[in-house]
Amino acid sequence: MAMHGMRGLSVFISDIRNCQNKEQERLRVDKELGNVRTRFKNEKGLTPYEKKKYVWKMLYIYMLGYDVDFGHMEAVSLISAPKYPEKQVGYIVTSCLLNENHDFLRVAINSVRNDIIGRNETFQCLALTMVGNIGGREFAESLAPDVQKLLLSSSCRPLVRKKAALCLLRLFRKNPDVVNVDGWADRMAQLLDERDLGVLTSSMSLLVALVSNNHEAYWTCLPKCVKILERLARNQDVPQEYTYYGIPSPWLQVKTMRALQYFPSIEDPNTRRTLFEVLQRILMGTDVVKNVNKNNASHAVLFEALALVMHLDAEKEMMSQCVALLGKFVAVREPNIRYLGLENMTRMLMVTDVQEVIKRHQVQIIASLKDPDISIRRRALDLLYGMCDVTNAKDIVEELLQYLSSADFAMREELSLKAAILAEKFAPDLSWYVDVILQLIDKAGDFISDDIWFRVVQFVINNDDLQPYAAAKVKEYLHKPAVHETMVKVSAYILGEYSHLLARRPGCSPKEIFSILHEKLPTVSTTTIPILLSAYAKILMHTQPPDQELQNQIWAIFTKYESCIDAEIQQRAVEYFALSRKGAALMDILAEMPKFPERQSSLIKKAEDAEVDTAEQSAIKLRAQQQTSNALVVTDQRPANGAPPPVPVGQLSLVKVPSMITTEDRNLTVQASSQDNGTLSKVDPQPPSADLLGDLLGPLAIEGPPGATVPSEHNAVSGLEGAAEAVDGSAIVPVEVETNTVKPIGNIAERFHALCLKDSGVLYEDPYIQIGIKAEWRAHHGRLVLFLGNKNTAPLISVQALILPPGHLKMELSLVPETIPPRAQVQCPLEVVNLRPSRDVAVLDYSYKFGANMVNVKLRLPATLNKFLQPIPVSAEEFFPQWRSLSGPPLKLQEVVRGVRPMPLSEMANLLNSFRLMISPGLDPNPNNLVVCTTFYSENTHAILCLVRIETDPADRTQLRMTLASGDPTLTFELKEFIKEQLVSIPMVPRAPAAAPPAPPAAQLTPQIPANDPAALLAGLL
Amino acid sequence: MGIRFILMVNKQGQTRLAQYYEWLTLEERRALEGEIVRKCLARTEQQCSFVEHRNYKIVYRRYASLFFLVGVDNDENELAILEFIHLLVETMDRHFGNVCELDIMFHLEKAHFMLEEMVMNGSVVETSKANILTPIQLMDKAS
Repeated sequence: MAMHGMRGLSVFISDIRNCQNKEQERLRVDKELGNVRTRFKNEKGLTPYEKKKYVWKMLYIYMLGYDVDFGHMEAVSLISAPKYPEKQVGYIVTSCLLNENHDFLRVAINSVRNDIIGRNETFQCLALTMVGNIGGREFAESLAPDVQKLLLSSSCRPLVRKKAALCLLRLFRKNPDVVNVDGWADRMAQLLDERDLGVLTSSMSLLVALVSNNHEAYWTCLPKCVKILERLARNQDVPQEYTYYGIPSPWLQVKTMRALQYFPSIEDPNTRRTLFEVLQRILMGTDVVKNVNKNNASHAVLFEALALVMHLDAEKEMMSQCVALLGKFVAVREPNIRYLGLENMTRMLMVTDVQEVIKRHQVQIIASLKDPDISIRRRALDLLYGMCDVTNAKDIVEELLQYLSSADFAMREELSLKAAILAEKFAPDLSWYVDVILQLIDKAGDFISDDIWFRVVQFVINNDDLQPYAAAKVKEYLHKPAVHETMVKVSAYILGEYSHLLARRPGCSPKEIFSILHEKLPTVSTTTIPILLSAYAKILMHTQPPDQELQNQIWAIFTKYESCIDAEIQQRAVEYFALSRKGAALMDILAEMPKFPERQSSLIKKAEDAEVDTAEQSAIKLRAQQQTSNALVVTDQRPANGAPPPVPVGQLSLVKVPSMITTEDRNLTVQASSQDNGTLSKVDPQPPSADLLGDLLGPLAIEGPPGATVPSEHNAVSGLEGAAEAVDGSAIVPVEVETNTVKPIGNIAERFHALCLKDSGVLYEDPYIQIGIKAEWRAHHGRLVLFLGNKNTAPLISVQALILPPGHLKMELSLVPETIPPRAQVQCPLEVVNLRPSRDVAVLDYSYKFGANMVNVKLRLPATLNKFLQPIPVSAEEFFPQWRSLSGPPLKLQEVVRGVRPMPLSEMANLLNSFRLMISPGLDPNPNNLVVCTTFYSENTHAILCLVRIETDPADRTQLRMTLASGDPTLTFELKEFIKEQLVSIPMVPRAPAAAPPAPPAAQLTPQIPANDPAALLAGLL
Repeated sequence: MGIRFILMVNKQGQTRLAQYYEWLTLEERRALEGEIVRKCLARTEQQCSFVEHRNYKIVYRRYASLFFLVGVDNDENELAILEFIHLLVETMDRHFGNVCELDIMFHLEKAHFMLEEMVMNGSVVETSKANILTPIQLMDKAS
């Protein structure tokens, strides 16, 4: 095949093909672009042929991924060329290079219209195709009637009409207000009588769009669709050219059955009978054959028929055939069929009745969960999740847990969330539920959101029988060599409350419990320390008779933290110290936490809210409504005082444990008063709904404290306030002050830090709004999407979001709507470009109004330095020359860092890895040292290799020596400071912008490592 | 329901043809192609032909050195797309005779003409090879 003279193009393509590497390719492309640009400059001298050639070159270059920012006009101008070859190129290249909003397209509207209404069929086709691909509003306005006319014209040949159908589809989809389809039902019905399969194929696409929009108007098309299906599937009445491996146009069959799935039911008995006959034929008559293509094509039809039968859900007999077929499919070896079997079985769960039959295939489905193919594993996971109920929950969840240890990183989060939800929804007994959650935390602690452990704590509190069991269980986990921080949190909470129930068991004396908990304190972050302090206070209180030694030990800890920089820790230390000297009064104040009112699980709610309106989601919902296990009903639910029985409430983030445990934990200390005050402080002056109020009042009514202790509580409160004021007047904030402010749920700083490490999660939450973030980072570009979700049944108004970018980031936030409708979520993309290295952090200034409340928050955005890093594996041959070539300040900096948060080396390695500072093992012979390689991207610096060496001292984990090198002095400095911030144990004070670590003065830079240390020797060599 | 893009990529990950039916910026395309190609090329023959990626499902097929990747919405009939790929290859085969990567590379415009006849705005328009090839044959005759 010759190129008909486009030799220049062939030569260019050959050249590109011969390029040895990307750089050469880029040079060749640049040269060509220069050439084309000059040629286009004196356009007058160009023949249409030359123009055509250059325009193809542009398309080729664009396809290779290079920006082509000129020549668009030339491409568009070819549209009005008189000859077919040039015109064709003009149309095709224009639809590839431009989008519907491009200004140049407007220039072409007239030529396009002339082609459409002209008499040249081939020109008509070209024009219709381009409009069908990229036509925007202006095209719809000026062309829709012409296109409609062509589609219906009897004088027009099929080749034009099929294009007109899809052209109309585009115009209608993009601008339903401009394209008038009133009265189109009859015309569509007429179109479906068409004999030509090309016209039918494209008309069917148009019909699918129209019926999905308004099926009632098109009911006359229903029998026609059945007729077409009958013609294809039963009578096989199609020209040879449209049969594919003996199957009459499988694509048209599929489309027709898709259109039928938009009609809710089929009333006419004749039509119905015909359709069921055809479907029956497809279900029964599709055999597995040797030819792959034939097999695929017939199964494409079969799967669509299955979907249609499921949708109609009318014939019991046929439904069971479907299940039987799917059961066969999920067990076959052929991966495509198995994948589709799993996918369709998940969809099938939407239909009632079939649950029991599907359960018979559980073994095969579980086998697919272990398939080497991740696509199949995902489908299996979704199906298992959907088919889980009380009867099989134990098996399924245990399979999921087992799989968790070996699952890909990409699936772990989803897997653990799903396991947690299933365990909660269908737990046959509560101790099993506790086991599952603890295993989850143990195996995948990093993926366990706070919601999950809050929930388990809530259940333990609410169920007396469970308390000793849970306490014994968590204690076992604490004995493991490596304990995840979340496990420490749960254990501290549960042991603090209930370890006294174990006191008689061996190894469970208060002292022993205290010491296993306290062992963990050096390893945890500032958010966990407060929980530990509370546990200590409670353990101390339960130690009867008092143990002087234990008391001294715990008091010493409280005293130590009295001057802690973290306000939460400090406050607890001060208050507990004061309280614990009160003797008997302490008993009441530190009494057991009251039971929680039962509410719908926030986890399950989350799963339901995340309605991506996919079939499997609705299936989940259905399941959830049908059979929630009774195991998790709160033990004590008697409504008193005429308060309405607790109803599932949607508006609030229901699990209140977060706020009780984290920042605003006055409830714990002032537990006695919290019976009214603490709870009321959360009642907003304008409650979002009556339900909410009922719910909040619930605990008041239900959870009356034992009568005998009531009087002493009041004493305790006054005593407490006195004591607290004596120490720190601000420690206990008067409830009245707080009633007017909206409190965030969860710890903002903690959320921010979590988001620095991962790319999606919740940035902020309060009773009204939840702000989620999802980010994607690529070199120096970032694309964040802010998800603003209104949690209430009333709109949020006066919504404003402002980005305050630091100097080194270019940020562009798309328009934020002023109102967020009730229970709606809006997405606002935010584009980020990193110009140069800096640790500064961008701030989102966000405000909204709910009722009379004006809420304004400033949130740090996780567009931190580490997001622009890209780990890179570097071999010793590459590393050492680089390391040597960067010698001395300012490109290479060294610093001895003190006050490092003590952590095992492996944990430090994990921490660095999670910041995309990739550890390269083996480069440094000393096992106490870490070598890091990563690439930093910014617009100014492009990609820069950064090398870091961290020398730790096994004898003193609180100090280390860090050496950094990169080709940019600012980057070296900023990265050094950044890493330091992550390693030193300066507690983050909420709201303080990126806490600056104390830069150890240069004078401190005394060599810490003796000269005979191998690490020091190596450092000399390096 | 619909096709969002069609890619032809060789074993080395070089794009040989890219046709999008929704507008993505060059940056987005580059990123998307990179991610998809990395995912699909790493798969073995024993794995299924479907890969879930972001909001897309990728239906792909390999012919010798060339991968055909079609991005579709999540509710598309996967097998119908899988066979649509084969129909495209058979059509090219009929025109070029034993089509290979080089044919597509050096006759990019023809590959585009064929696709243009087969798919419009993400919907299948024509599945008869004779009808698909008519305009190209007309052109060949004219020149």
